[in-house]
Amino acid sequence: MPAPLDPNPRLQEYAHPERLVTTEWLADHLDDPGLVVVESDEDVLLYETGHIPGAVKVDWHTDLLLPVERDYLDGPGFADLLGSKGIGRDTTIVLYGDKNNWWAAYTAWVFTLFGHEDVRLLDGGRNLWVAEGRELTTDVPAPEPAGYPAVDRDDSTFRAFKEDVLAHLGNGPLVDIRSPQEFTGERLHIPDYPEEGVLRGGHIPTAHNVPWATAVAEDGTYKPRAELEKIYLSDPSEGGLGIRAEDKVITYCRIGERSSHTWFALHFLLGLTDVRNYDGSWTEWGNAVRVPIVAGDQPGEAPRRAA
Amino acid sequence: MTDDAPTTAELPAQLAEIREDFLALSEPDRLQLLLEFSRELPELPERYALAPGLLEKVEECQSPVRAFAEVDGDVVHFYASAPPEAPTTRGFASILAQGLSGLTPRQVLDVPEEFPLQLGLTRAVSALRLNGMAGMLTRAKRQVVEQLAAS
Repeated sequence: MPAPLDPNPRLQEYAHPERLVTTEWLADHLDDPGLVVVESDEDVLLYETGHIPGAVKVDWHTDLLLPVERDYLDGPGFADLLGSKGIGRDTTIVLYGDKNNWWAAYTAWVFTLFGHEDVRLLDGGRNLWVAEGRELTTDVPAPEPAGYPAVDRDDSTFRAFKEDVLAHLGNGPLVDIRSPQEFTGERLHIPDYPEEGVLRGGHIPTAHNVPWATAVAEDGTYKPRAELEKIYLSDPSEGGLGIRAEDKVITYCRIGERSSHTWFALHFLLGLTDVRNYDGSWTEWGNAVRVPIVAGDQPGEAPRRAA
Repeated sequence: MTDDAPTTAELPAQLAEIREDFLALSEPDRLQLLLEFSRELPELPERYALAPGLLEKVEECQSPVRAFAEVDGDVVHFYASAPPEAPTTRGFASILAQGLSGLTPRQVLDVPEEFPLQLGLTRAVSALRLNGMAGMLTRAKRQVVEQLAAS
């Protein structure tokens, strides 16, 4: 039984208004049956310092990724994880987190790979909730385990692998949402972030650089639909990326977390149907042997293919 | 990796104690202990608080953290500052503040590089995040070397 939708007029403009909730709505619906709030943060201890009452924690490193292989947990593992958080297949999930919802959006993307239907983001994330002085608690809920079916992960609809990206070059928009310095190759990692051992700097040929923060307003909420359309859909002569409704789009960043935030905006807020996130991102591409790379601020050309 | 690590006996007592405290706990409780450390990170002494540029930025950390290991005669002091919304980083800094401060420069230089991996946090926190503490430790040692060379 899904929770009701947030009727906020600003959200209704988006292609899928059911994918966002405002802090105000969430504060009023924390006790709704069939709704589970999930916090996903970059900092593994932030939840423990205080979280939205009733929220459970899902950590991207220790819960979603496998400990050895670089991949996500499988169907039975996902079923165990969600079941243990009291989440059933028809539960409404509201995700929020630190850093402007990077990891919350990443978790929303992983949950979507498993086809969980009702996944929403708290617009503005943890920062906005805290800035508004809303309630936090250190009480950790002990949810009644729920039965969650083991569902195969769909790795083709919303996820792109390196080979998919190679095949995509020249066939559709590629959005690089890293900082301009990472895009040009001047820097190998996000400013202020860990050096994660990337050997080459630059970007994937044909990629356009639209840093993730371009999509958010000052308070961390997504910009209104008209502004997002101007950034991503309007014609390049007007400063936009010129993405068309029928385009196949791939987003990437360094490890796929910031690009999940843009993936969410392109797919759910602007309603583009074919948007895939390349989670290998620069930590894979920048280390791969014999893949084309472009340095500098121009997108560059797609490599010519053997006939 | 931990199999090859020096035994507790080779670690200075205050670091060994921190390590034993972590290893005595279950993995979820180790996170709680890290949280307690994060709350215990001492305030910066005034000369650093007023001039944060004296502290070195730790690039390996996900959050803005600045730290400095200061040699004062035969004793090292480790100072760090990190925002409250970065409790993991604060916890790492606090472990080093408690574990390194009061040691001799030689003892600090002899702390094994893999000390952060000996706390039993690899699964609960992840190796990538522990890079942050390793980065702080490496820098602390370099700062000690530089001050010894300059003195």
